[in-house]
Amino acid sequence: MTDLKPMHSHEGSVDSGSCDSRREFLGTAVAAVAVALTGCGKLSKEEFLQHNFRELSKDEIQTIIARLEAEYKEKFHKTVKVGNEAAMPGVIFGYALDLSRCIGCRRCVHACVKENNQSRDPEIQWIRVLEMEKEEGVNIQHAEQYYNPDEVPREGHFYMPVQCQQCKKPPCVKVCPVGATWREKDGIVVVDYNWCIGCRYCMAACPYGARHFNWGEPHIKDADVNPDTHYLGNRPRPKGVVEKCTFCIQRTRKGLYPACVEICPTGSRKFGNLLDAKSEIRQVLESKRVFKLKEDLNTQPNFFYFYGV
Amino acid sequence: MVNLRNFKQFIVDTIGLMAHGSRLYYAWVGFLLLLIAVGGVAYANQLHNGLIVTNMRDQVSWGFYIGNFTFLVGVAAASIMLVIPAYVYDWGPIKEITILGEMLAVTALIMCLGFVMVDIGRPDRFWHIMPLVGHLNWPQSMLAWDVIVLNLYLLLNWFVVTYLLFSSYLEKHYNKKIVLPLVLLSIPMAVSIHTVTAYLYNGLAARPFWNSAILAPRFLASAFCSGPAVLLILLQVLRKTTRLKITDEAIFKIAELMAYTMGFNLFLTAAESFKELYSGTEHMVYFQYLLFGLEKNGVHYNTLVPFAWASIITGFVAFLLFLIPKTRTNWTTLNIGCVLIYTSVYIEKGMGLIIPGLTPDALGEIFVYRPSFTEIAVAAGIFSLGALVFTIMLKAAVPMMLGEFTISKGRKAADAVPENEPIQA
Repeated sequence: MTDLKPMHSHEGSVDSGSCDSRREFLGTAVAAVAVALTGCGKLSKEEFLQHNFRELSKDEIQTIIARLEAEYKEKFHKTVKVGNEAAMPGVIFGYALDLSRCIGCRRCVHACVKENNQSRDPEIQWIRVLEMEKEEGVNIQHAEQYYNPDEVPREGHFYMPVQCQQCKKPPCVKVCPVGATWREKDGIVVVDYNWCIGCRYCMAACPYGARHFNWGEPHIKDADVNPDTHYLGNRPRPKGVVEKCTFCIQRTRKGLYPACVEICPTGSRKFGNLLDAKSEIRQVLESKRVFKLKEDLNTQPNFFYFYGV
Repeated sequence: MVNLRNFKQFIVDTIGLMAHGSRLYYAWVGFLLLLIAVGGVAYANQLHNGLIVTNMRDQVSWGFYIGNFTFLVGVAAASIMLVIPAYVYDWGPIKEITILGEMLAVTALIMCLGFVMVDIGRPDRFWHIMPLVGHLNWPQSMLAWDVIVLNLYLLLNWFVVTYLLFSSYLEKHYNKKIVLPLVLLSIPMAVSIHTVTAYLYNGLAARPFWNSAILAPRFLASAFCSGPAVLLILLQVLRKTTRLKITDEAIFKIAELMAYTMGFNLFLTAAESFKELYSGTEHMVYFQYLLFGLEKNGVHYNTLVPFAWASIITGFVAFLLFLIPKTRTNWTTLNIGCVLIYTSVYIEKGMGLIIPGLTPDALGEIFVYRPSFTEIAVAAGIFSLGALVFTIMLKAAVPMMLGEFTISKGRKAADAVPENEPIQA
């Protein structure tokens, strides 16, 4: 609580003396209280009054994006582009992971962190790789996330990376009290980081541990910031909100693979359009027997696991 | 006809009553203010650094704050333990004291909202949850339901308390046509706040420990044990320290009702334990963590075990003390029973509910959670705030309830209403 003071710097833009001054004053006053509540003194009136992303007009979105880009420039000393690409028509993304190929090297974990601007300190990882005993099969209660042998894969073990399963019936979306998270037309479940109140109900509801909270102020070195971002994806997040895997929405909506697919040295990760009969993901669904994690919960993931060999 | 000027006078007088008291009163209020300040400093630090100053993490994403919230919803719901005998069965001895139950409900709800507020990561975005202004995800989200019922219940109780006191302040009998429907409405409302709070957890298939059909009945049963326990002690204190008349009969009647709810609560706990432990599916793991601890990679995790058993044992002993008429009507054993059942439910509906619900986490990790100093300090601040609210409410309410302080009585001669100004209400 050292710097509760410099809260007025952003409010200078309010044009004083307008006939609407009482409303302006009320808005500013409420914003000032809110600034005190954030405890960091860096909340502009515009940010405070910003509405849910899905209720914004195109113009409003452009204004907000310009504001965010200016903020990021000031913070990271470089140009960060905030994209707003919509879902492509005729596309629903699907993902398949080959459990017989994955060696548990965690390259995906770190490629994801780099690509998606996760906080490095405290560290947030959207992919968690579970080491499982071959004798036990897929048994969450026997899984180990903190394995650290000299060499992977370890004898008698196999590996199961878990990230957001992009459910068709996402329990996290259902429980959010303010509608700050939703499923896009291409099947990606996204979060509006400017609308989330940080109640963490979605984290309790998610059966896959896929949602992560910014417990502290996220820290990324300027040089490490990925400047190609999406509003609903990897743009730098504020403290106190929830974030999650978005299938690299900033890449996949431009026809690129997610970072985890690209980095995987064993080709365990398959990704594509579920609506395209010729896509690789459809080939996997066609020719391999797949399963869904915690299928009994009827979350209906668009993320599949399979045994390639 | 509510006269606005009289109401203004009522507010001024109420504040006057709250502001003046004995040395003990000032000392108590000062002590509470000190604790609130400590909580306030801890909370300011949490706002500045983020919730990282708590010991909650992604694995155990709710902890001490939400545990206290859940427990206090039960206390708030329990005021109807007074309302039902008083109004439904028209049982005189309790009638005068139902207002105390309602004040307890108001206090508990203020603490509930406080605990929710300190738990959220972005309190500055609080308005997002307000209907119309924000974007309340109703009826989908159980939290949206909870926000609505908790606030309505707060408003209802606050209105009834204010109205009853205002009536006696004006030396009038309250209007039964206004009070009775509201008091009757508070019965289903009390049930609903606790049911909805239970559903908040109950609806999460991801957490098998909570995903049980008898969670809401268990919430209600335990609430009707812990809330009245607070009231029983309070009633004894009040009749010793004020001229409020509270009969033994009223206290024993509440105690008798509590014996039934305590028995039922134990039965439901047993039913849940039986189902989990006898069927022994993988869902048993959460119960195991609570009652016996878990072993993983050679480490034994048994943080909750002593608390879980303490809750069961104190709950059972309290049940016996309340069940046997001899111990129920003995002040010493009755008060021991109150403390025991309060302890039992505080563990069971607080940390004993939240932590095993989240441990092991969704990916099987066992993360040992213990509240941090910040969490304890902030919680102490909120409990003190509740105590302060309740104290100052009582301070003004008791003389009004007794008819000692009204618009014409109880004030210094200089402040009295001049005779040429007749009371109009």
